[in-house]
Amino acid sequence: MLRTLADMMNQDKRFAFGFTVMLILVALAFLSLFSPHDPRQWNVVPRDRPPSTQHLLGTTSTGQDVSWQATWAIRNTLLMSLIAMLSSRVLAIVIGLLAGYSGGTLDRILMTLTDSFVILPLLPILILVASILKQSLSVVNLGILLGAFGWAWDARLIRSQVLSLREREFTYTAILSGMSTPRIIFREYLPFIFPLITATAMNNMLWAIGMEVTLAVLGLVSLEVATLGTMIHWAVNSQSILLGMWWWILTPVVICIFIFIALYMLSLSINEILDPRLRVQRMTK
Amino acid sequence: MDVLRVQDLKCFYVVESQGQQREVKAVNGVSLNVKKNQVLGIAGESGCGKTTFLKSLLGLVRPPLRCLGGKVEYIGNGKATDIMSLSKHQHKELMWEHISYVPQGSLSVLNPVRRIGDTFESFIGAHMEPSTTKHQYEELVCSHLEALGLPEDTLRAYPHQLSGGMRQRVTIALATILKPHLILADEPSTALDVVVQRGVIQLLKDIQEEQQNTIILVTHDMAIHANICDRIAIMYAGKIIEEAGVEEIFSNPRHPYTQYLIGSLPRIGDKAHRISAPGSPPSLSDLPQGCSFHPRCPEATDNCRKEEPMLTGIGGDHRVACLSLTRGDFNADQAQVALDQ
Amino acid sequence: MPTRHKLLSINDVTKVFTIGGGFQRARLKAVEKASFALEEGKPEIFTLAGESGCGKTTLAKMILGLLEPTDGEVLHSGRSVQDLVKGDQRDDFNKKVQAVFQNPFETFNPLRPVDTYLLETARNYVTGGSNGASKNAVAEALDLVGISYSLVEDRYPHEFSGGQLQRISIARALITAPSLIIADEPVSMVDASLKMSVCNLFKVLKEEHQVNVIYITHDLATAYYVSDRIAIMFRGNIVELGPVNTVLVEPKHPYTRVLKDSVPEPDPSNKWSGRIKLSGFEERDFMRKGCKFAGRCPEVKAICEEEDPPMVAIGSGMVKCHLYAR
Repeated sequence: MLRTLADMMNQDKRFAFGFTVMLILVALAFLSLFSPHDPRQWNVVPRDRPPSTQHLLGTTSTGQDVSWQATWAIRNTLLMSLIAMLSSRVLAIVIGLLAGYSGGTLDRILMTLTDSFVILPLLPILILVASILKQSLSVVNLGILLGAFGWAWDARLIRSQVLSLREREFTYTAILSGMSTPRIIFREYLPFIFPLITATAMNNMLWAIGMEVTLAVLGLVSLEVATLGTMIHWAVNSQSILLGMWWWILTPVVICIFIFIALYMLSLSINEILDPRLRVQRMTK
Repeated sequence: MDVLRVQDLKCFYVVESQGQQREVKAVNGVSLNVKKNQVLGIAGESGCGKTTFLKSLLGLVRPPLRCLGGKVEYIGNGKATDIMSLSKHQHKELMWEHISYVPQGSLSVLNPVRRIGDTFESFIGAHMEPSTTKHQYEELVCSHLEALGLPEDTLRAYPHQLSGGMRQRVTIALATILKPHLILADEPSTALDVVVQRGVIQLLKDIQEEQQNTIILVTHDMAIHANICDRIAIMYAGKIIEEAGVEEIFSNPRHPYTQYLIGSLPRIGDKAHRISAPGSPPSLSDLPQGCSFHPRCPEATDNCRKEEPMLTGIGGDHRVACLSLTRGDFNADQAQVALDQ
Repeated sequence: MPTRHKLLSINDVTKVFTIGGGFQRARLKAVEKASFALEEGKPEIFTLAGESGCGKTTLAKMILGLLEPTDGEVLHSGRSVQDLVKGDQRDDFNKKVQAVFQNPFETFNPLRPVDTYLLETARNYVTGGSNGASKNAVAEALDLVGISYSLVEDRYPHEFSGGQLQRISIARALITAPSLIIADEPVSMVDASLKMSVCNLFKVLKEEHQVNVIYITHDLATAYYVSDRIAIMFRGNIVELGPVNTVLVEPKHPYTRVLKDSVPEPDPSNKWSGRIKLSGFEERDFMRKGCKFAGRCPEVKAICEEEDPPMVAIGSGMVKCHLYAR
């Protein structure tokens, strides 16, 4: 495991970059455990201070330490996107595999459902739902909400992949070897679908973080929870740019940019590494 | 009169993976002369390098394929042209008017969103005098199609509206409309049904008789070769191992591989037991030492494991690359003694 | 007295595919009223031959229970195959009927070692889970096709040649000691120099192991070489059926004659003579009311356009043609 990781770091610069950045971010998220302040409390430090040795990234107008606040924000945002990603993966995989392998009426019903989710204008609906649920939109709830909306397109991709796999001769070989349907799906198909799942997982996390930031900036999530989105919200609402408090607004924005680039790089390189065609080619060598 | 001369051509796929260079020896020292008005068949099984050989004859040598030696000369208009050293522009001029190509899959040549007629127009437009009128051009195309027995409305059809056999005939019409001197065909009938296959081969033969050009036909199907070719070259592991007139190859095959190939052909009306050659063809990236066929050859000697046989004449215009035939009673031990002294 | 059932009997089997959806539906009869039977205890190699799109692969899938016939029935030892595979007897059925597919490189999942399929087959049908016994069963089957187990263990499909893979695929089918193997174009993707080794294997299976083989091919020359009886299919219909010696040597149906004449002879002194007529737009044949071959038949009569010809018994064979109808 460690060896393959080292190999991948050496071979692919994109992977090395993405992985390192994510590792640093996760480490920062863990630092939140040692935070001396409760992220919900205001006025725990002097207000409006620029970066200094005491407050590495300065302090806010609400009297919070930006650097400690950022560790909480990274933790919560990553957690939220992870929950969104996992729940939408479960939905996408189950629906995609089921529709693709069973075909017929079940396929038609599931795909009608999927298509309705694909064509729904997500942002207005999320805004609507969020404005109703606003106060109860904690990290976990927001993750589940985004997960419930983020699976449709990927379920479609998985289904089409299964449809083509089902017609390949080795499926018949598997049937004639007496393998059961779940076994065929998990043993025969999953290796082909796995790269799709991981690549879409990264993209889904990206999308979830983007959505969270959007909703938070609009003030539609529970604002006392520190996330990258709510940090930007408070910074914008307190006129941090006008007041020249660049450290307050730039910190969450720069972190967001790094997360986006890192996840994108990871998805690109993992997709390439796991691509079945390339895998076969590598095995041939 | 030769139309094409190939001298010791070596074209390898050079692949780099994880810092290691790997060579796939697809065309490994092939020499061949092709005479005018001749149909030359190149036979061999999948992965013996016959398609790569055809590609390099066309000068389509692009990475990862690399030409590492030898030359291909096309002789036309009273001068010899080295195909490998042509500029892009010169190559374009030579192609289609002098040398044309019939690929295996017709779909890759015909643009799916254009009518057949438009494909013809843009295809020959580049090779016509600028003064040619649309009327003259249409007359040329129609008369050519008519000669090949294709109905005129094919020109208005899209490729998907035609059957596979029709598409392949359109591709052949496209490749022959400029009356090239040399036609290279790569498995032109392989994906087709037997009845259609016969029609396509018949068409190629008709064109050759009418236009008096030369055809190099690559296919793995020996029965097709028997029906259309004048000469046959057998390829094995990137090399030509036997070359002779078609009757000679079928009645008097000399290389053990050719003997297996001819001997294992089933015929309707003959139930006699047929046997295949033992073993499997070698990988082109990992060829055995000496003669490439020796691991499968029942007559292999120690010498075959060490020495690479050369393609050598054995009377008439029959050439074979097999040590047991070309050396006669030659004794390897004696040779070693002679070398030592 | 219990009636003796035929090993396999195909009674008036029809398969209709609906193409497209919504407003543009078209019905395509891929197989139309096909009938033939294989006797129990008299192993033979039966060829289904025809051009692409003639319905031979569809018929094979129905025999394997992978497709359900629209009409008619496929019986295995007197019992409907559809009932067998839909009920709890799928395993029993697959133990007796196995298949070999066309493309050896597609038969096995490129991401899994080939021996997993062999072990899986042995475990599911023969040994019921024991690892050692499964390995023995696999080794025995591989031995029949002339490959040693050590050569196959933990190897991926790309490490083999087409001929080897096809033999491994046959070995997999043999593990359950089936009475019937359906082989769909088993040699069309195998290298020329190895084709006959696969063909000979089928002959050995029939003669020494009493295995029936349904050999599906477009290649009449190998069909003649391996099989005992042959059925020629054209546009979903079996147009001629009988022993290979009569059907391929003295074909009766005009289509069989055209087909046979189009097979190139590997003999330069016997080249094609005469010319053949090709149809331009072949899709029309499926929609014909009468004989599907009427559009291309050199001996077409007025009745051929109107009426579907009957199946006429001549000697040991059957021909579906108005020429022979009384």
